[in-house]
Amino acid sequence: MIHTRQLRRTFKGRRSTVEAVAGVDLDVTGGQTFGFLGPNGAGKTTTLRMLSTLLPVTSGEATVAGCDLRREPAKVRQRIGYVSQEGSSYSEVSGRRELVIQGRLYGMSGPAADKRAAELLETLELTDCGDRKTKTYSGGQKRRLDVGIGLMHLPQLLFLDEPTTGLDPQSRARMWDEVRRLRESGTTVFLTTHYLEEADALCDRIAIIDHGRIVAEGTPEELKREIAGDVVLVGPEGPPERARDVLKGQDFIRELTEEDGALRLYVDRGETAMPQIIRLLDGAGVTLSALSLHRPSLDDVFFRQTGRSLRETAP
Amino acid sequence: MKLLRDTWLMFVRYFLIFIGNPAWVIIGVIQPVLYLLLFAPLLKSLVHIPGFPPGGAYNVFVPGLLIQLGLFGASGVGFGLIDELRSGVIERFRVTPVSRLALLLGRAGRDLLTLIVQSIILLALAIPFGLKPTWIGVLVMLGLVALIGLGMSSLAYSAALALKDENSYAPLVFTLSLPLLLLSGVLLPLQLAPDWLQHIAQVNPLSYAVTAARDVFNGNGGSIDVVKGLAIMAALAVVGVAIGARRFSRAIA
Ligand SMILES: Nc1ncnc2c1ncn2[C@@H]1O[C@H](COP(=O)(O)OP(=O)(O)OP(=O)(O)O)[C@@H](O)[C@H]1O
Ligand SMILES: [Mg+2]
Repeated sequence: MIHTRQLRRTFKGRRSTVEAVAGVDLDVTGGQTFGFLGPNGAGKTTTLRMLSTLLPVTSGEATVAGCDLRREPAKVRQRIGYVSQEGSSYSEVSGRRELVIQGRLYGMSGPAADKRAAELLETLELTDCGDRKTKTYSGGQKRRLDVGIGLMHLPQLLFLDEPTTGLDPQSRARMWDEVRRLRESGTTVFLTTHYLEEADALCDRIAIIDHGRIVAEGTPEELKREIAGDVVLVGPEGPPERARDVLKGQDFIRELTEEDGALRLYVDRGETAMPQIIRLLDGAGVTLSALSLHRPSLDDVFFRQTGRSLRETAP
Repeated sequence: MKLLRDTWLMFVRYFLIFIGNPAWVIIGVIQPVLYLLLFAPLLKSLVHIPGFPPGGAYNVFVPGLLIQLGLFGASGVGFGLIDELRSGVIERFRVTPVSRLALLLGRAGRDLLTLIVQSIILLALAIPFGLKPTWIGVLVMLGLVALIGLGMSSLAYSAALALKDENSYAPLVFTLSLPLLLLSGVLLPLQLAPDWLQHIAQVNPLSYAVTAARDVFNGNGGSIDVVKGLAIMAALAVVGVAIGARRFSRAIA
């Protein structure tokens, strides 16, 4: 559904040049939900805007929905839907009318567009506010309408740029349901997110992007497996420096990081590492307030690849 | 065909927005009415000065006022576009297969319609003051206003697309429209101006529209000045739309 080779985009400023997307190779199969995970400024939006014909590419090749991005932008437009990060529905027009206009711009007839708009308002639970001006909508209503606008013409491929940022847990859960419904209906969804658990919960495949480059790609399971071994979280009482000094340089610990007064240890086998850790810290007189064993998460994958925690960089 | 359909869809959208908030048509009419009330009476004492065009104060002043309405009405339209650029609405249209020219024409069509409605209101209001309209005069007048509206609003949209920001758009528009207005002879006939000023005014296309409008209101429907005014305004409209179309298809490729 999407294939890119060395996709690149630079922005030339007066003083500096930003390489927002620095040679991205992607292969997204039809019917998948594909997640694009990365911190602020990683190049997610820039990639999406290129793939949806909004932004000219600096170099590289891409086919989107079976059409060459550069040579057949009009065909690409006909087949995709795009929901921007900032949204697009703050207007003096009612939600229903925005939907109908959107459908008609894709060539739908008046009655067909009316019918589809009513359907969408129903599934997105917007019937109550469907006939109000969209500038009176709440954040969650606006976001759902944005998605509805993107879905109006039943695209094969839908781009969702951070569909759940700024939503409360309930609205987020509703959005997740909507994405799952789309997957069931056979629509390919390409979404970006800062949230690891979102990518984990929704996506068949994930690409992690940082500084305009893909640093890892695969199914959530594959990515987690890439980090062989386990993660042990050590919460010492008081400041973590003592514990860190004790554990640093131990052979069985492959990596050690500090996070909110706790230590995160990457080890080969958690079961044997835990007793060793307890013994070492006990011997040094460090009291523990918490100790836990985890399977690696996507956060660990991200950390492994970039040396930073996604949670620190996300807003 | 697609262009017509898309233009119509866009026109309807902007028309509905406009219907939802008609306050600013009234605001648009109030200003010229103030000119009618507070400025036109001054002209009455000037009517007998040599060089003042024939036809009475109101028949001289009202046509110019309509041209001014066209100029000012059209120069403000860019604000709406900047608003939509910011709110993502334009981007939303850009991902659809909509004809890029239709994005311009749909909006400009709405602007044109508002201008015509405002002009008719103003003409009607001027009659009690002493305007003596003729059918041909009104028709040519509306034609001129429509052409100015189309050309100027297209140019205004081009400027808005290029600048993308009210804080630079507003000064640009006001700085440009003031000399256009002063050099058009709207307020006082240019016949009263010294030669050098008349020469400069000849570069201003709007001065031809004003001359044409006055001529036709004073019973010279077929005069060469009227034909010239209409032709120049038609050229302005074509150039404006061409520039706008280029801007829209490039900035909104
Ligand atoms: N029009 C532009 N001009 C200059 N630089 C830009 C432009 N658009 C994006 N950038 C830069 O490109 C980089 C990538 O931006 P992008 O919007 O793609 O990030 P993102 O991954 O979507 O981030 P976020 O999670 O914050 O939305 C950033 O450094 C950004 O400042
Ligand atoms: Mg972004």
